[in-house]
Amino acid sequence: MSNKLDSKTPAGPLAEKWTQYRSTVPLVNPANKRNLEVIVVGTGLAGASAAATLAELGYKVKAFCFQDSPRRAHSIAAQGGINAAKNYQNDGDSVYRLFYDTIKGGDYRAREGNVYRLAEVSVNIIDQCVAQGVPFAREYGGTLSNRSFGGTQVQRTFYAAGQTGQQLLLGAYSALERQVGLGNVKMYARHEMLDVVTIDGKARGIIARNLVSGKLERHFGHAVLLCTGGYGNVFYLSTNAMGSNVTAAWKAHRKGAYFGNPCFTQIHPTCIPVSGHYQSKLTLMSESLRNDGRIWVPKQIDDKRHPNDIPEEERDYYLERRYPAFGNLVPRDIASRAAKERCDAGYGVGPSKMAVYLDFAYNLKNKYGRAEASKLGIDNPDDATLLRLGREVVKEKYGNLFDMYKQITNEDPYEVPMRIYPAVHYTMGGLWVDYELMTTVPGLYALGEANFSDHGANRLGASALMQGLADGYFVAPYTVGSYLSKEIHTKPINTDHEAFVQAEQAVQARLDQFLQVKGTKSVESYHRELGLIMWDKCGMARSEAGLKNAIQEIRALRDDFYKNVRVPGGQFEFNPELDKAGRVADFLELGELMCLDALDRNESCGGHFREEYQTEDGEALRDDEAYRYVAAWEYKGGSDWSLHKEALEYENIKIAQRSYK
Amino acid sequence: MGSEAMKINLKVWRQPNSKAEGKFETYQLNEVSPDMSFLEMFDVLNEQLITDGGEPVAFDHDCREGICGMCSMFINGRPHGPKQGITTCQLHMRSFKDGDTIVVEPWRAQSFPVIKDLSVDRSAFDRIIASGGFVSVNTGNAVDANSILIPKDTADEAFAAATCIGCGACVAACKNSSAMLFVSAKVSQLSLLPQGKAERENRVIAMVDQMDKEGFGSCTNTGACSAECPKEIDLSNIARMNREYVRAKLVSK
Repeated sequence: MSNKLDSKTPAGPLAEKWTQYRSTVPLVNPANKRNLEVIVVGTGLAGASAAATLAELGYKVKAFCFQDSPRRAHSIAAQGGINAAKNYQNDGDSVYRLFYDTIKGGDYRAREGNVYRLAEVSVNIIDQCVAQGVPFAREYGGTLSNRSFGGTQVQRTFYAAGQTGQQLLLGAYSALERQVGLGNVKMYARHEMLDVVTIDGKARGIIARNLVSGKLERHFGHAVLLCTGGYGNVFYLSTNAMGSNVTAAWKAHRKGAYFGNPCFTQIHPTCIPVSGHYQSKLTLMSESLRNDGRIWVPKQIDDKRHPNDIPEEERDYYLERRYPAFGNLVPRDIASRAAKERCDAGYGVGPSKMAVYLDFAYNLKNKYGRAEASKLGIDNPDDATLLRLGREVVKEKYGNLFDMYKQITNEDPYEVPMRIYPAVHYTMGGLWVDYELMTTVPGLYALGEANFSDHGANRLGASALMQGLADGYFVAPYTVGSYLSKEIHTKPINTDHEAFVQAEQAVQARLDQFLQVKGTKSVESYHRELGLIMWDKCGMARSEAGLKNAIQEIRALRDDFYKNVRVPGGQFEFNPELDKAGRVADFLELGELMCLDALDRNESCGGHFREEYQTEDGEALRDDEAYRYVAAWEYKGGSDWSLHKEALEYENIKIAQRSYK
Repeated sequence: MGSEAMKINLKVWRQPNSKAEGKFETYQLNEVSPDMSFLEMFDVLNEQLITDGGEPVAFDHDCREGICGMCSMFINGRPHGPKQGITTCQLHMRSFKDGDTIVVEPWRAQSFPVIKDLSVDRSAFDRIIASGGFVSVNTGNAVDANSILIPKDTADEAFAAATCIGCGACVAACKNSSAMLFVSAKVSQLSLLPQGKAERENRVIAMVDQMDKEGFGSCTNTGACSAECPKEIDLSNIARMNREYVRAKLVSK
């Protein structure tokens, strides 16, 4: 194993590692903190919470985001909730159980120490958010409300209607803006990081482009934190925001940061299906809907009847059939593959036949309608009354999601089952980091979705928000402090330093290159084409032949991009096409690495499903002997990478074939 | 689904930068699907402009699911277009008819200078939040979440105010370019909740001062802001903020 891949997980019993670390980590005294500068790139849950907390501690922080305001980062779109091992429901939850569920849900491909710490600090997150005024859903007695999510049998998910991400992000954003107002954070909105500057092997700053003026800027920092989210947009169509990109992480990768498990992609089972070739993005329907919705397809192939006309006995509730213990609440990777299996076998519904039903009628009537009727003392209520009463309850729980669905599809999900299909949603892979969230470049950190660390090969629902805020509020402030305690003698480096000059020249050359091609095809057209290759060959099912083929196609597409792309306008103006050109160019490199990683991993685990490796009943077939490692790829230039392996040791969990039956 | 393609005429505001003069340009699109979103129609227009050697229209957008608050088109005289309770990205072309002419402008307000075409600078909103739109609680200060009991009705009311996406439609809709609905939504959320009570006086005074400093106009109670708000933030928030403001002035030392 390479030396660089030392996870630095503290020794000692699992439950004491983080306490031990916090109690012994070197500190920086307040006077020195004022002289230490930290750059935070990205202002989603991880970035905003890290920037705010580091500033509260006394560091000088510069925060960057490409959007027009830090409040718009894509964390804002998370719907269903955030997990925490509070055990407020008294249903048997604990830190250990959240840890265990996360490792198992991730199909035994995550690092024990990191995941245990995540479960441990999850309880502090809820406390912190409530203190900030985040309006979580509450019961009549004034206590916090919980709901269930996939891959668990306890109710540990805290939520704010169907817009939990928005409320959590606005909490972190207000903490960040408070520090901006106090002068402790300097905020750079509409700025995009285009390179990391390293001096003597350490990260010492970034090159950023002001997206309004187009000018390049040099910024020094004693440490650089990348909180720049995931790279699901490599598939073109995904639930990510249009601007979500891999660029910051990719630049770091090219400057020496290893990329961990790039092929681990989460395909979310419940998204609104594609409706036309013009489609620019896909919209998620929260996993929380699987609490109350039942998924089915007709038992008959190509059944053309209206869903409400198909009688109960002619419906195949395939998740309940295949996975009786978890039913509709199996983890995302399993639910997605099961939907694909039914559609590929010809049972799909809707105009494209690439969809399944998510039906609320049963619970509208039987669960909520009956409960309400009984509360109101209505004996023998008729169906219409039950539906009306149930509708009120469901509206309060998921109203905005139902409205959103109706707006997009022009169908009313209170009346007709939703049509859903899996779509790219999240990337478990990301920059390799150690226990301290530091990449293989000293002083360069990756937080939140941008790192690879906590979700293994499949993330459980409502855990992304948890991880982003855990990293930003409670982990990085300690671990970055540990690094900075050794930097108190480093004076701010003048940005005339040749490392800054050279990095800026390289960025400039790349911008010039895009503008000089003067071809005829739009950046968007390349992105769309790349997305098709990735979805077909590196999506829900992958094979050796398909992946090899995809690598050739991506290389050819990349060559074509530099010959025929047209980027209108110039550098020194507001030019969204130029911004996008840089992002798509990086996706064209990342796509190849993802296929390479998927090709190398000759097993199926979590969201990574290699057709060659499956059990007789079509479940993922892991190979723990050969592949129980994190694949960390080192960039060697061009199409050359070398693979380093971090072996995963399970001292506290017995590895088993994952079963949700 | 899958109805006939429509012809749409677009009159779009084009302005190279904040200092240059702007003007309307007309474009025709022949193959608009009713299932397209309004922004997807702009993608198609831009694709056409790029392949024909023209300059694409700059517009802000990101999540395309109605929550980030970035999209900001003023469509036929209304922020986010003709429908209630949605953002531009959630507006679908089935809300228009074959042959329609649609006029698209940026948000127009002195405090939101145009950056280019349909993109404007809304950083004034961030500065208003930075002046007081928060609870002053450092990370680590919190007590157990369930030790603060909040009646469900109060929590729901605070949540309703907190759903503001900061898009600026309220300012664009107001003849005075007032930001009262935006500011009052945050003031309401935090003054309703016990966590926000400790600094409610300072908060409302600081935020209103900053709002005035940014050059937003006064409120004359026309209600256009709330009527056009994609999140249907209630007008009663403004009344609450006015009460909070008067109260703060009376009790402040």
